[in-house]
Amino acid sequence: MGMTLTEKILAKASGKKEVQPGEIVTVEPTWVMSHDNSAAILLKFKKTGVKRVWDPKKIVIILDHTVPAPTADYANNHKSIREFVREQGIENFWDINTGICHQVMAEKGYDLPSAVIVGADSHTTTPGAFGAFAAGIGRSEVAAIWATGKIWLRVPESYEIIVNGNFPKGVFAKDLALHIIGDVTASGAVYKAVEFKGETIKDMSIASRMVLTNMSAEMGAKNGIIEADEKTEEYLRGRAKGPYEIMHPDEDAEYERRYEYDASDLVPKIAFPHTVDNVHDIDKAEDIEVDQVFLGTCTNGRVEDLEIAARILKGKRVNPRVRMLVFPASWEVWREADERGILRILAEAGAVIMNPGCGPCLGAHAGVLADGEKCLSTANRNFKGRMGNPNAEIYLGSPATAAATALKGRITDPREVL
Amino acid sequence: MILRGRAWKYGDNVDTDVIIPARYLNTSQPEELALHVLEDLDPEFRSKMEKGDIIVAGHNFGCGSSREHAPIAIKASGVGCVVAKSFARIFYRNAINIGLPIIEAPEAVERIKSGDILEIDLENGEIRNLSSGESFRFKAFPPFLMEILRAGGLVEYTKRRLRGDNREKGSRNTR
Repeated sequence: MGMTLTEKILAKASGKKEVQPGEIVTVEPTWVMSHDNSAAILLKFKKTGVKRVWDPKKIVIILDHTVPAPTADYANNHKSIREFVREQGIENFWDINTGICHQVMAEKGYDLPSAVIVGADSHTTTPGAFGAFAAGIGRSEVAAIWATGKIWLRVPESYEIIVNGNFPKGVFAKDLALHIIGDVTASGAVYKAVEFKGETIKDMSIASRMVLTNMSAEMGAKNGIIEADEKTEEYLRGRAKGPYEIMHPDEDAEYERRYEYDASDLVPKIAFPHTVDNVHDIDKAEDIEVDQVFLGTCTNGRVEDLEIAARILKGKRVNPRVRMLVFPASWEVWREADERGILRILAEAGAVIMNPGCGPCLGAHAGVLADGEKCLSTANRNFKGRMGNPNAEIYLGSPATAAATALKGRITDPREVL
Repeated sequence: MILRGRAWKYGDNVDTDVIIPARYLNTSQPEELALHVLEDLDPEFRSKMEKGDIIVAGHNFGCGSSREHAPIAIKASGVGCVVAKSFARIFYRNAINIGLPIIEAPEAVERIKSGDILEIDLENGEIRNLSSGESFRFKAFPPFLMEILRAGGLVEYTKRRLRGDNREKGSRNTR
């Protein structure tokens, strides 16, 4: 019987000819990633009694969650990580001047077709945009991999999500992702692999594909995956951290469910508080006044995201009732956006340009909301309390919607200003 | 392993941000995390609940962040077990990996009311609702997951396993 892309990768990684959904396989991951939480992981690792990590070359650590450290406790955590990577000879360490882990994994060439990537962060689904199997795991599991090099995985059933048609003006990958999550629901793909395919996906930039695999976590999926193609190879040229193999799903592969969408039917979408699947067309959200606009994150902090915002805000001013915060996803993004004048346009419009990192997405620093405030965010989560205050509300939308909203001071359809 | 306690019932999609808000994540101390368990969902939960009580919830319990603090906060607060219609996958792994029993039992969740007294037999896969007299079956854990739970979590399990490996020399159990 044919296998899906996810099944093929897991079969190869576990040394089997074939695997079936529900089967439990043991694999040695290509990379195991962690971020600031490595401070807690290394304590767990030490508890296992193992002195040296199984393979320092396969461990990737990227500091991004609270950078630079806002308090002495965070600073001490970062320090313990720096000491640990030196002591263990972990070369794939990226300090606070690099970017958000999921963006850095791509830029530094770890996201490789048919790789098995696990990471102590729920949005580790992102590398699936390169045809990798990539899933989030917990801290104890990372510690156990550091010690043994192995992890057990249940082979997930696969869903196929087929998207055809061209995006209308003002509609982007984020709107598609929100539309799909609204349809599938936040729990609709729990434990499943979701494989995105179709003409729309093929036509998308790598950055836009990463929006879909990143947000697969928000429908509960174990992993999101997109077949690698010539665009993937083009991106990897000069970056790839190792050899890779491009795999394809079999024609007779079995998918548990199939969803089909026509991108040309879509309008800009908004996820209302406090769940990501509370998705509506943007006209339902218009007239909602906002206090903060947050452009950035592993979902929408890439050059194409900053670029569309700059197109909307060029020569204009952010509405005085709004604080607009821009966090480029990485220093590579920062540099390109700087060279192309994008950051200057945003700054001159009144946006605050912050340093690459997770910023206020998880509510630990740098842009926490006040009681009763509303934020339009390009992030992937709008849970109650997510941005540091349970008495605030978070609305999710595309970078274009974010810029239009910053301009008007209320949630605004980007088609009005494009 | 028989667990017994009062049910506290919640809805679908109870996320990790309400189980333990990120503003408290700078500590990994279980006792400190326990002080804020479910704070943004039910601020009184901490004062109402007693040791051994059971959280009963709908679909996708524990969705969101991969933070292990979430099951740790629940376990450290004294909650004996979580019963839900379904769990978010990382939460499911994390709960087992830190030694918190969790049970998927959609039918039982439908019938259980907040305040019911429940008795749960983990080995035999049975939930008995002592308040209503009903009982429900659930699929018990595969043996290797039960071993991790018994060891109190994955770190301790790994430690024991590696010791065992050294003794056996070469016959590595890769489970």
